[in-house]
Amino acid sequence: MTFSMADMRLLTPHLVITAAALLVLLAEAVSPGRRKGYLPYLGIAGIVVAAFTTPGLFGPARSGFSGMLAGDAFAAFVYFILYAVGALTLLVSDGYLRDEGRDHAEYYALVLLALVGMMLMAGATHLMTLFLALETMSIAIYALAGFFRDERSAEASFKYFILGAFSSGFLLYGIALLYGACGTTEIQGILDAFASNRALAGSAMALAGVGLVTVGFAFKVAAVPFHMWTPDAYQGAPTSVTAFMATGVKAAAFAAVLRVFFVAFQTLHVDWSGVLWVLALLTMTVGNLTAIAQTDVKRMLAYSSIAHAGYILVGVVAGTPEAGAGILYYLLAYAFMNIGAFACLIMVGRKGHENTELDAFAGLGFKFPALGLAMSLFMFSMAGIPPTAGFIGKFLIFKAAVHQGYYWLTIFGVLNSAASVYYYLRVIVTMYFKPEPDAPVVEALRAGPSMAVATILAGLGVLYFGIVPGGLVDLAEQALRYLV
Amino acid sequence: MIPFEYSMGLSAVLFGLGVVGVLVRRNVIVLLMCVELMLNAVNLAFVTVADHLNSVEGLLYVFFVMTVAAAEAAVGLAIVVSLYRARRAVHADEISLLKG
Repeated sequence: MTFSMADMRLLTPHLVITAAALLVLLAEAVSPGRRKGYLPYLGIAGIVVAAFTTPGLFGPARSGFSGMLAGDAFAAFVYFILYAVGALTLLVSDGYLRDEGRDHAEYYALVLLALVGMMLMAGATHLMTLFLALETMSIAIYALAGFFRDERSAEASFKYFILGAFSSGFLLYGIALLYGACGTTEIQGILDAFASNRALAGSAMALAGVGLVTVGFAFKVAAVPFHMWTPDAYQGAPTSVTAFMATGVKAAAFAAVLRVFFVAFQTLHVDWSGVLWVLALLTMTVGNLTAIAQTDVKRMLAYSSIAHAGYILVGVVAGTPEAGAGILYYLLAYAFMNIGAFACLIMVGRKGHENTELDAFAGLGFKFPALGLAMSLFMFSMAGIPPTAGFIGKFLIFKAAVHQGYYWLTIFGVLNSAASVYYYLRVIVTMYFKPEPDAPVVEALRAGPSMAVATILAGLGVLYFGIVPGGLVDLAEQALRYLV
Repeated sequence: MIPFEYSMGLSAVLFGLGVVGVLVRRNVIVLLMCVELMLNAVNLAFVTVADHLNSVEGLLYVFFVMTVAAAEAAVGLAIVVSLYRARRAVHADEISLLKG
């Protein structure tokens, strides 16, 4: 096997970010006086350079490395979502880690390496590449979740690790069975095998393979009933890592789901759409109902992220390019609003105390007007209230589901979305209408310049894409045109 | 010559043992071993299929899976050590600080 320059061209963004990760590690070792304040910005510089090498990938679909890695508009679109996630995570982490005394180069390098894994997941056109990318991402994130090394962080990391390894086992066994049934592990090859041999869709080995791959992905995107690890892992992990897990992992996993289910399992849509229908309904409902019962905002956001996976699954069930474009839009919108909300959570904490209980937010709206405004904006967007990006995302996905005749699922989705307004607005009500206790929990905000920049960028993203979504939706539709 | 179905059946049984082990065992080191058992069952399936299809691809995948399993074990054991330092616990039932 030989690699041509055209192959390497597809891999340029990944190589740039890998190089940035290694440079960050090296820079800490050689910087005089152990200064490391610039390390996250070195990482961001790497992401910016990678972003400049990416637009060339928009255009007709290409495939490199003997059908292992795609260079298409779909991958490029997801790369840009991941750049936004990575850059915002690094910005949010900067002041937070320094305050907690854990600002080590390894953290920034692991974020960048996990980002490379996520990008490879979005670009993989071969199930083995997909698996290796998933592991590259996951192993880095297991370590990140345990980065604070206190009891809660270690427990979160351990739970995420065991369930993550367990689910990759399912995914891998599914891949092995599909390899046995179809004789190949290339996504295009699996599509051809199912299309040319009708009997294959009925064979036990193929069906078991599809089922196990579905279970593996359901774990990764935290779909009910495979969501048990999510609240614990999200609550115990450092808040910046939680934001990264909730947005980046979700974007990468759904990108892989779209490629596998929309392309490889395209001819089996009747078979898997029923299963995913039930999963989507359960995920939305259980996520929202449990979120209502939470008294800790960080844990509430973990359950809310399960509910959001449910809305996105509605789009997967619909299975059309229109739904796929809606999902891509939703993933970007979710990245902005979720990282923004977690940035607000970091700001109310202080060293060793996260202060994420709902009561800690009492009266903060008037005490810190900027924080109140930002948190309200992100809560409105998650609840899906216009003119925010969260509204447009839900609208696009539900519209696509209605076009395919999934009326009941859409009705349940809208009802769920209405129920979620309760717990999102409760945060805003607590901030503005509950008096601050006599002994204030939050005395000062943990807000450095980088945190402020990240929150403002996320807020602008939520508003901008909520008010003028047109250009982004066009790009997402163009990305799907080359996928399916 | 061992029939295709026998080897696939054995790999399914091994995989099932791993899954049951993760679900019922409580010692975190045993949990790690059960996950490794699942991955090794997959390796057996890859080798069987590769032999059945007379293709070399499946044999190559085994090396990838082994590498991933080693990386996972390295990070997993590090996490267990950091958990033990923080909690002095290696039983899954005792690791229950986060719930609700």
